[in-house]
Amino acid sequence: MPDYLSSLNAKFSGAFTTSEFRDNKRVLISAEKAAEVLFPLLKCLKEECGFDMLAELGGIDYLNYPNATDRFCVVYGLTNMTTGQRVFVKAFANDPDPELPSVYDLWRGADWMEREVYDMYGVKFTGHPDLRRILMPHEFAAFPLRKDYPLRGYGERHNFETVTRADS
Amino acid sequence: MPLDTAMPIVDEEIAGADREYLYTLNFGPQHPATHTTLRLILTLEGETIVKAVPDIGFLHSGFEKLGEDLDFNQYVTVVDRMNYISPFANECAWFDAVEKLMGIEPTPRCKYLRTILSELARISDHLLCIGAVGLDLGALTAFLYAFNQREKVYDIMESASGQRFHPSYCRVGGMMSDITDDVVQKVRDFVKTFPKAHADLTRLLNRNRIFVDRTKGIGVLTKEEAINMSCSGPIARASGVTRDLRKDEPYLAYPELQGSFKVICAKGGDCYNRYLVRMAEMAESLNIIAAAVENLPGGSVNVDLNDKLTIPDKQATYRSIEGLIQHFELFMWNRRWETPVEEIYAANETANGELGFYLVADGSGKAFRARTRPPSFIHFAAFPHLMEGHQISDVPAILGSLNIIAAELDR
Repeated sequence: MPDYLSSLNAKFSGAFTTSEFRDNKRVLISAEKAAEVLFPLLKCLKEECGFDMLAELGGIDYLNYPNATDRFCVVYGLTNMTTGQRVFVKAFANDPDPELPSVYDLWRGADWMEREVYDMYGVKFTGHPDLRRILMPHEFAAFPLRKDYPLRGYGERHNFETVTRADS
Repeated sequence: MPLDTAMPIVDEEIAGADREYLYTLNFGPQHPATHTTLRLILTLEGETIVKAVPDIGFLHSGFEKLGEDLDFNQYVTVVDRMNYISPFANECAWFDAVEKLMGIEPTPRCKYLRTILSELARISDHLLCIGAVGLDLGALTAFLYAFNQREKVYDIMESASGQRFHPSYCRVGGMMSDITDDVVQKVRDFVKTFPKAHADLTRLLNRNRIFVDRTKGIGVLTKEEAINMSCSGPIARASGVTRDLRKDEPYLAYPELQGSFKVICAKGGDCYNRYLVRMAEMAESLNIIAAAVENLPGGSVNVDLNDKLTIPDKQATYRSIEGLIQHFELFMWNRRWETPVEEIYAANETANGELGFYLVADGSGKAFRARTRPPSFIHFAAFPHLMEGHQISDVPAILGSLNIIAAELDR
C-alpha cells in the first residue's frame, strides 16, 4: 500500500475508494461526499504526503458510459516533485447543479484549468475568485464538451451577434 | 468581441478616483509581437504594467470534441495541429496514451524512430522560440539562422513521412511506413552540421548586449511559484525544478539512452535563463539523436500483424484475404479496435513541457474523452503574474520566452 493511502485512511477512512489501471493510481470521491471531503483530502495530499504539484485538472462527462453512476467527474492529477510519484483524485458531481470546491487556494495553477472545466462542462467551483468562461465567448449559453451537446453545435455560429463598424 | 469581457475585473481591482489616470491598452489579438491570436488587456501606469488580463479563445476549434468523434488513427491529424511547431512530439504523446491504454508495446525500431523524430521536433521548437524572441527584441539575424536549421528538420520530416509541417506519421502500434536509408543519412548530416549553427546562434545572442539587457531579470519565476503554478518543461527547469519526464518517467527509447543526455536546469528563472536552458537542451537533444540514429535497431516498425492492431500495408491488403479483412476491420466505423473500459493518463516531455493525454475509453475504437493537458495553456496562466511591474516593452520578451502556441492554448 502506498504511504499516502495510509495517511488518507487515517483521516478520511470510508470517504473514498481506490482503483488502479496500469501505472495510474486513483482515489475516487463520490458525489455525495465530494463537497466536504475533496478540499481537505487534497490539502492533506499536498501538505502531508508531498504531492506539491497539480499537474493536471480536467473534466469528464460520463453520460451513457458503461456502468457509470455519476455524471460529471473532475480529475486532479497530482505529482510529488521529490519522488516523482503520481496520484489521480477523481471527484464526481451530478446534475442539476454540478458543484465542487475550488482548489485555487492550494494551487494557483488551478485557476485557468478550473475555468476551462466550468466553460466546457458547467461544473461550478465554489470559492474560485474569477469563474468566467475562458475559451468560449461570454454570451455562449451551452457547455460544449457535455455529451448531450452535438458535435456540430446548435447553430450558434449562424446566430452570432455581428458587430458592424458603425456601432463598434 | 466586445471589450467588456475583461473589463469588470479591471474595474473591481483598481477602483477609486486616485487611480483614474491608469490607461488601458488593448494588445492583440492581431499584433505582430503576439505571433498568434492572443489578446492582452494591459492596465498601464505610464509605461509600467499594473495588471495584465489575457483574453484567450480566439483559436478555440473544439479539438477535444473532435477527439471524441474521430478514431485513434484519425485524431493524429488533429493532434498534429495543437503545437504545430513540434507536431511530431504531440503524435508521440497521443499514441503513448493510446498504446498504454491498449497495452501495446511498440517494436524497438519504432521506439527509436519516434525518439529521433520527436527530438528533432524539440530542436525545431526551441529554434523557433529562440529565433522569435530574437526577432521581437531586435536581433533579426538570429531568427534567420534559426529558421535555416528548421528547414533541415522539415526536410527530414518530409523524407520520412511525405509531409513537411504536419507529418501525421504515427499509427497505433507503429508508424505509417518505415523510413528509407535516405532519412538516416539526412539525420546524420544534421547531427554533423547542427553544432556549427548552434554555435553561431550562441555567439549571436548569449552576449548580445541588447538581447541580454532586455531579457535578464525580466519575468522572474521562482521555483516555488513554478511548482505552484503547475509549470513544466524548460520554463520550470529555468527556475530550478529538476523534473524531466525523459529521466524521471522514461518512455519510448529513453530508458536505453539515459547515458547520452543530461537534464538542463538553471536557477535564475528569468527570460534569459529560459533562453539558456533551451539553447543547452538543443545540444542535449542532438546527443540523443546521435546516439539513437547510430543504434537504430532493425526489424519491423509495426507490431505483429497478427495482433490485429496495425493497418496492413497495401501489398497485404490487396494480395491476401487476411490483410483485406484486417484492413476493413480497422476502418469500418462499427469495428475498429477493442479497448478496455478504462481510463489512462500518459504524459511525454515535449519541447514546451509536460504534454499529457487523459484518455477515457468505452470499449470502442474511439476515445470517450480525450483530454489534453496543454503546456501552453498552463504557462500562459502564469503570464499575468510574470508581467506585473514590468514595462510594456517587456511583453514580447516574456511572451516569447514562454513560447505560447495559440493552437495548443485554445485547442
